[in-house]
Amino acid sequence: MADIRNNFIGIKSPNPFWLASAPPTDKAYNVERAFKAGWGGVVWKTLGEQGPPVVNVNGPRYGAIWGADRRLLGLNNIELITDRDLQTNLREMKQVKMNWPDRALVASIMVPCVEESWKAILPLVEETGADGIELNFGCPHGMSERGMGSAVGQVPEYIEMVVRWCKQYTRMPVITKLTPNITDIRKPARAAHAGGTDAVSLINTINSITGVDLDNFAPQPTIDGKGSHGGYCGPAVKPIAMNMVAEIARDPETRGLPISGIGGITTWRDAAEFMALGAGNVQVCTAAMTYGFKIVQEMIAGLENWLDEKGHASLSDIIGRATPNVTDWQYLNLNYVAKAHIDQDACIKCGRCHIACEDTSHQAITSMVNGARYFEVIEAECVGCNLCVNVCPVEGCITMEPLAAGVVDQRTGKPVSPIYANWTTHPNNPMAKVAAE
Amino acid sequence: MATGHFIEGIAGGRLSSDQYADNFSDLHPPLDHHEALVESDRCYFCYDAPCMNACPTSIDIPLFIRQIATGNPLGSAKTIFDQNILGGMCARVCPTETLCEEVCVREVAEGKPVQIGRLQRYATDVAMSEGKQFYKRAEPTGKSIAVVGAGPAGLAAAHRLARHGHEVTILEARPKAGGLNEYGIAAYKSVDDFAQAEVDYVTAIGGIDIQNGKALGRDFQLADLMRNYDAVFLGLGLGGVNALRAEGEDADGVANAVEFISELRQASDLSSLPVGRRVVVIGGGMTAIDAAVQSKLLGAEEVTICYRRGQEHMNASGFEQDLAAANGVTIRHWLQPKRVIAENGKVSGIELEYTAMSGDKLVGTGERLTLVADQVFKAIGQSFVPAHLNGSSEQIELEGGRIKVDAEGRTSLAKVWAGGDCIFGGDDLTVSAVAQGRDAAESIHRALTSNGRA
Repeated sequence: MADIRNNFIGIKSPNPFWLASAPPTDKAYNVERAFKAGWGGVVWKTLGEQGPPVVNVNGPRYGAIWGADRRLLGLNNIELITDRDLQTNLREMKQVKMNWPDRALVASIMVPCVEESWKAILPLVEETGADGIELNFGCPHGMSERGMGSAVGQVPEYIEMVVRWCKQYTRMPVITKLTPNITDIRKPARAAHAGGTDAVSLINTINSITGVDLDNFAPQPTIDGKGSHGGYCGPAVKPIAMNMVAEIARDPETRGLPISGIGGITTWRDAAEFMALGAGNVQVCTAAMTYGFKIVQEMIAGLENWLDEKGHASLSDIIGRATPNVTDWQYLNLNYVAKAHIDQDACIKCGRCHIACEDTSHQAITSMVNGARYFEVIEAECVGCNLCVNVCPVEGCITMEPLAAGVVDQRTGKPVSPIYANWTTHPNNPMAKVAAE
Repeated sequence: MATGHFIEGIAGGRLSSDQYADNFSDLHPPLDHHEALVESDRCYFCYDAPCMNACPTSIDIPLFIRQIATGNPLGSAKTIFDQNILGGMCARVCPTETLCEEVCVREVAEGKPVQIGRLQRYATDVAMSEGKQFYKRAEPTGKSIAVVGAGPAGLAAAHRLARHGHEVTILEARPKAGGLNEYGIAAYKSVDDFAQAEVDYVTAIGGIDIQNGKALGRDFQLADLMRNYDAVFLGLGLGGVNALRAEGEDADGVANAVEFISELRQASDLSSLPVGRRVVVIGGGMTAIDAAVQSKLLGAEEVTICYRRGQEHMNASGFEQDLAAANGVTIRHWLQPKRVIAENGKVSGIELEYTAMSGDKLVGTGERLTLVADQVFKAIGQSFVPAHLNGSSEQIELEGGRIKVDAEGRTSLAKVWAGGDCIFGGDDLTVSAVAQGRDAAESIHRALTSNGRA
């Protein structure tokens, strides 16, 4: 059996599945239940400064989008950091860590961007025996209006500054949690790295409005007729999160910086994909909030099974394995040619490939052959765009088949070249790098 | 004394009132809002969708399903009614398993089609329950049209003609409008008096005057209509029932299945409706199934359908055969009736002969079988009765015993159109009758106006 024990910046857990800092980790009761269910670790719901706790709205905190059968695809929230007293949280954290020494317990922290505030809270957290801290520079709603959360995460200089303070005032490992509400995720990651962070975690939630009540013209979730942008998460954000993880993993300036992957992870496969792109472990929230803590059992068993099937001994065998294959568009091989192929035995003749290609793409799929309803690829027109594959309701019915070197591409009339060639040397590129004469 | 199923002879009150209510409740209960969303999500919105091409009225099925999925059931209903104003009844009675749902790509792919019929019912129910009328009548044309028969063909024709601004008079022999929708369909397919609700919905457009109790050939002649109206549409249906051609078929206890079905639909108290303890139904179509299943549901102990050919030849769809089997009806094949056995004038059994194919011909093998029965229903097809048509006007041309029409529904008489079961070449389906009525109305409109312009 593959070994899925995880060591993330020195924080050990029996598996790489942590619960992200969020409502599921707000108090001992929930965290105890999570550990009983099998979660490898938790990032405790974000702690604020000593003093009167924050208050939350008393109306809806969450909005969602669903599939037809109400399967939750995306969730948004306007909940703030913990609204419980700091001392209560610290006391419970200490007790839980004592009860579960083999599990990871990380404290998420968000205090004002003032050195004294960080200096004050760090020893209190350290005293709980927590394994590390996560700096919440991510939450895009509410706290950001007070100069915290994503308001910090959007200014690389602030990130670097706060990380430095934390590294100065605590021996605990520091994870810097990044907001995706920026244009280039590499900038805040580099800043955190420059500040000496031990790791980054991402993504936090994305600014969003999940819907509009068309009777009242009110954004959702609606509080007394008004709404505010909330943080979006869940399966819908996974592709965005994975790209950001990969961008940091392959950035020469941050290469090797440990990453805790977050964003729509719902199954073992999602987790494996994040880890392949460079995440050292993963954090989960929406899936647990949708289905309860038991889902971790599927994740553990699924991950183990996949590792065994593929002959990988441990997580280190797969972490970052896909990172080198993420590249810039300009380095993609322009001599690679693929054509769509429709398996006629699998085809159910819905015609979606045809109409998608006919109306919106390259007119490369028939609808009628010899008077009968028949869908096949016209290779002379097919540019290999893959749209037909994506709209086909039958998995595996349409496949992209690469043309072997030497075979004539009927669209261009030219044989496929065996040589790798990309845009940087393409004759149509005015900036092409011409080999020295 | 024997009670319930075991009362000898033809008797009512075999079941408790709860059992009657349960047995004759909706065969396919309506989809609720969430079920409709989930089911509509299964539709692939096919290009040049096979379902649409299989529908005799060419309803844009992918579009109406997508409209349900996007929370626009009224728009969905309009998509349906644009092609088929009786879309509500068709949603209930269409043999979808041999039409749209048979060719659904999901049926092809996984043997589980999108439930198009139930989705159609969902959308049309929403519109009808809100009393939403989608069509306004065009400016009056001053033309008046007589429609004979208030069945599906006649109603569809009347609605389309009224839309175009014509005045329509429907002459209907029976006390209620609706035709087979009212009199000829199993009760569990059209509960809560839906047929009448639909007639009201269709006629709410205005300009349609239904006169009941007016029979062609008895109360008026075709020549009268041709003289008094600008055009005539005949949606007469089939008035005759084929005979068994078996000895003793006039015995007490032998009845026409269509009459039994009609009585059942009109019965205000099902317990008052007598049914045999042992019922034999002769035939292999939808009528045979409707009669057999309903006999069982009324409390008959034993119901047997005898069909003279094989299972693969039955006109009843696979779904209908399964429905019969699920209700405890026995279907026997390769048996033809030879003699009704009677005691004191009352049916006590039926003697049948096994059949077989000899080349292309069906022949009796000589081997006989006797079934005990106290009630025998004839369901071996209906026939057109042309006698009412003639007498006072020119002869209308027939073909295969029914009225001959061209592609637009025109008969051999200049001002007369026809559609529904009374025409030659039809398939005896409600939905086809609707298509024929609608198309004949368009043809009439073109003929009475200058290319559709008044």
